Amino acid sequence: MYDFSFVKPGTVADAVTALASEDAQALGGGQTLIPTMKQRLASPAKLVSLTGIADMQGVSQSGGVLSIGGATTHAAVSAQAGGFAGLAALAGGIGDPAVRNRGTIGGSLANNDPAACYPSAALATGATIVTNTREIAADDFFQGLFETALDEGEIITAVHMPIPEASNYQKFEQPASRFALVGVFVAKYASGVRVAVTGASEGGVFRWSEAEAALGANFSPDAVSGLSVAPGDMIEDLHGSKAYRAHLVKVMTSRAVAAAG
Amino acid sequence: MPKDSGIGASPKRREDIRFLTGLGQYTDDISLTGETHAVFARSQVATGIIKSIDTSAAENMPGVLAVFTGDDFVDVGGNPAGWLINSRDGEPMKEPKRPVLAHGKVRHVGDAYAAVIAETAEQARDAAEAIEADIDEQPAVVDMKSALAGGALVHDEIGTNQCFDWGWIEDNRAATDAAIKSAPHVTTLELVNNRLVPNAMEPRASTGVFDPGTGDYTLYTTSQNPHLTRLLICAFVLGIPENKLRVVAPDVGGGFGSKIYHYGEEALVLSAAKKLGRPVRWTASRSESFLTDAHGRDHVTKIEIACEKDGTFLAFRTETMANVGAYLSNFSTATPTFLHGTLMAGNYTVPTLYVNVKAVFTNTAPVDAYRGAGRPEATYSLERAIDKCAQELGMDPLALRRKNFIKPDQFPYAAAAGLEYDTGNYHALVDKLEELADLSGFEARRAATKATGKLRGIGVNTYIEACGIAPSNLVGVLGSRVGLYDAATVRVNATGNISVMVGAHSHGQGHETAFPQVVADMLGIDEGSIDIVHGDTSKIPFGMGTYGSRSLAVCGSAVVRATEKIINKAKKIAAHMMEASEQDVEFSEGQFSIAGTDKSVGFGDVALKAYIPHNFPIEDIEPGLEETAFYDPANFTYPAGAYACEVEVDPDTGKVTIDRFTAVDDFGNVINPMIVTGQVHGGLAQGIGQALLENCTYDENGQILSASFMDYAMPRASDLPLYTVDHSCQTPCTHNPLGVKGCGEAGAIGSPPAVVNAVINALHSGGHTDVTHIDMPVSPARVWAAMNS
Ligand SMILES: Cc1cc2nc3c(=O)[nH]c(=O)nc-3n(C[C@H](O)[C@H](O)[C@H](O)COP(=O)(O)OP(=O)(O)OC[C@H]3O[C@@H](n4cnc5c(N)ncnc54)[C@H](O)[C@@H]3O)c2cc1C
Repeated sequence: MYDFSFVKPGTVADAVTALASEDAQALGGGQTLIPTMKQRLASPAKLVSLTGIADMQGVSQSGGVLSIGGATTHAAVSAQAGGFAGLAALAGGIGDPAVRNRGTIGGSLANNDPAACYPSAALATGATIVTNTREIAADDFFQGLFETALDEGEIITAVHMPIPEASNYQKFEQPASRFALVGVFVAKYASGVRVAVTGASEGGVFRWSEAEAALGANFSPDAVSGLSVAPGDMIEDLHGSKAYRAHLVKVMTSRAVAAAG
Repeated sequence: MPKDSGIGASPKRREDIRFLTGLGQYTDDISLTGETHAVFARSQVATGIIKSIDTSAAENMPGVLAVFTGDDFVDVGGNPAGWLINSRDGEPMKEPKRPVLAHGKVRHVGDAYAAVIAETAEQARDAAEAIEADIDEQPAVVDMKSALAGGALVHDEIGTNQCFDWGWIEDNRAATDAAIKSAPHVTTLELVNNRLVPNAMEPRASTGVFDPGTGDYTLYTTSQNPHLTRLLICAFVLGIPENKLRVVAPDVGGGFGSKIYHYGEEALVLSAAKKLGRPVRWTASRSESFLTDAHGRDHVTKIEIACEKDGTFLAFRTETMANVGAYLSNFSTATPTFLHGTLMAGNYTVPTLYVNVKAVFTNTAPVDAYRGAGRPEATYSLERAIDKCAQELGMDPLALRRKNFIKPDQFPYAAAAGLEYDTGNYHALVDKLEELADLSGFEARRAATKATGKLRGIGVNTYIEACGIAPSNLVGVLGSRVGLYDAATVRVNATGNISVMVGAHSHGQGHETAFPQVVADMLGIDEGSIDIVHGDTSKIPFGMGTYGSRSLAVCGSAVVRATEKIINKAKKIAAHMMEASEQDVEFSEGQFSIAGTDKSVGFGDVALKAYIPHNFPIEDIEPGLEETAFYDPANFTYPAGAYACEVEVDPDTGKVTIDRFTAVDDFGNVINPMIVTGQVHGGLAQGIGQALLENCTYDENGQILSASFMDYAMPRASDLPLYTVDHSCQTPCTHNPLGVKGCGEAGAIGSPPAVVNAVINALHSGGHTDVTHIDMPVSPARVWAAMNS
């Protein structure tokens, strides 16, 4: 780790100011950033912790929308998102207790790891990502591996997720990291079904539109049995081939539908 | 009634209190006045010519005290191989020099070519990054087959990538070939024994100290065998006289083999301490552990079993390529040969066998003994092949094994692979397994699983291992450059409590609890008044350390011998105290008495007398009560076992879940059943880890792809079932005083074939009968690919 300075502001405005200085970087739970710094792969001059900002904490529900503060930990979402069981279960399945007690939804979305869990929920619910300057639709937010619509110094202050009638997240764990080798979030609304897939694609989290159409017509596990995902865009690594991941997308989608009921 | 003390009792492990409450003293916990920090500059490429190393910028950085490169060590020796293997043609193996720091060429990712010593670790790290090394990357040799086929060389000066081409037993080669040629049935199986990273919880660490006043060196280091480390540093690498180097291996957080060996970092911190006159410390990062700890396994094997149509074995033939990595680690040449080839007869009465092993240099980290060391490789090949043979013959896999077992009345048995098994009862093990694993209930369980859409499979296997390493006479003939005895001193203090100095090192095995049980049992005194001292060359007489399931069988035997000497001397003193003849003194339950009289003295009184020798026959008996014994075993010990694994396979994802695992082992006599059970549990976790999860992978350029826990899958509690473990089938070892065989490696040796056999069995039950083998780790992706190929 290289030397850095550390501030822990109490308001979003102060955090924004602190982030304006050169090589300053936001720190959520540090579950991604700190290991990267320890390996000397990142060297921010200043860390601006967001966990002391009261406005960025907690889960609330109103008008069918779940609002989550950008610095809310996975453990808090798992405990407090009872009105949206599919999301609470997803949060409760991230990493281990130590990770869940530190890692935050804002950090996870901003990082946009192609194998992270939260991006699938944000995309499948058509969430709105609220920042200190604007609101970004999930469909516009994720822009490829570790790429998002966020500008330099922009902070995710909250995430608004329309609560589905039925939902479920199925995660097939990569054997080593236990991140998603393939994770599928299925969300059913009166207006239709949305299916978002993480872990699988070289382009990061994506919506599987054929499945959405098929499930929109018939919300049952068998509805996707005739479909297939093109393996071409899938990730291939030590833990699975393109074909295997493409196959798992279908299996996990079907299981998510079955579990969503 | 279970005993509550002494041999056979299960007192809780006394050392766990300090381990679990943060009171352990590991190498990195030791902080010394004036200490400095070392950081290594390591190769990023698999191999390359070192054209120049410019250290000037680094030397001028804040806090930097010294920078070392390979040039500083050209005049000292190399880290040697401990075992000379001769090729089939009689040529000795190739032994390229393994320098303290790479010189001229780097040979694997992580190979250290420079080291910085600075006031703080961060300063040293900054400076290490500022070293400008001009390294001209060369084509890497990674795959063993292509390494042998010619092309680039790992060590130019030896002109080949083959370290040796070993045959065992050469005289049986023709007979084996002939038997295979004419056999009614031959089963052939090609398999890979996957490369593993040991991943001890505590990374390696070393602190070097030099006292300019006395000229004495001290090395604190994460070692399984401090005396061996001292010997290697003194006799081969730095040339320090042994009496001038003290090696201390304090609490050590696991080794699994990887801390047997001497590593260049140890020599570096000692040399730097001498140069600076200040202590120099280094602790590996987890990344350095992945790159530089000696890895395990990495064999590519073809095995053939020749048999009659009724399953009677006629011959086994094995051809193996064993990866030794870029340099020879200390036991790397023994592991694929004498710890592997000599076990290829398994538990069976096969008339002849032949093993050929080619050891291959590659641009990867050195490979050496890892929990089981050679014996897991032997067991896996043989027991997988026997399962395949059973399928081909349409026989029950256990019946095929039973048919060929050495029978209880055949012991001692000269097995076809050259070892003489002293004792065993394999039929009893399998009978016990059938009962405990409820094999008769399997079909009902399979049907229940089928109803959930999954496939249930069962896999069984047996194993034999050679432990209690090792009889020096025998290993000397086979090429070992060291003896493998062990030593103990029993020191009875004046007030009757006891310190036992042992050569075995305890780094998780529980010696501090188990060894006192032995002494307490023999002396009839409370084990709480007995302490074990280990891990410090200045405190213990000598010792070859802990590996090869040898601690109790070899060092424990030395403890028994030394304690017997104590009893003999104490009898003399007691005789004098009771004014009787020594021959009439009896010793039992801590009391010396004279038969037929009411005279008796307690052990404590005798101890006091030994140290306060008033009215003492000093012309007949020396004062004091302290005895040392060295023990060299007459043979290996031969633990054996029978294992059963039941898995469920999810056909949609290929995921394997272990539902049941039963391990029945014969360890001979058992000193502390709880510790033995714990050792089996740990071994099973490692064996199951190898079978399902762990895999160290390099790409074709020699970059390690599984260099962190993000990609190297360790077994976790949730991957493992509740085990059924039994060690009630006991055939005590016939040649050591405790009748013990060793239990540290069994679980890791015996379990991989059971897991893979179970997966294949499950797939067959689902109609995938064309799948005859899947290489480990049997990951979901591999199982799915096999089912869909
Ligand atoms: C052992 C382990 C297991 C894990 N398993 C999983 C898993 O199964 N599934 C999964 O999804 N994740 C997993 N993670 C990742 C974990 O969820 C992290 O918490 C998450 O990826 C990052 O969140 P964080 O709050 O820790 O962010 P940090 O590490 O603090 O920051 C990550 C990045 O986001 C930026 N950032 C942080 N907060 C904000 C914000 N509010 N606005 C804008 N930018 C911000 C930072 O500047 C940095 O660039 C695991 C991590 C570990 C260590």
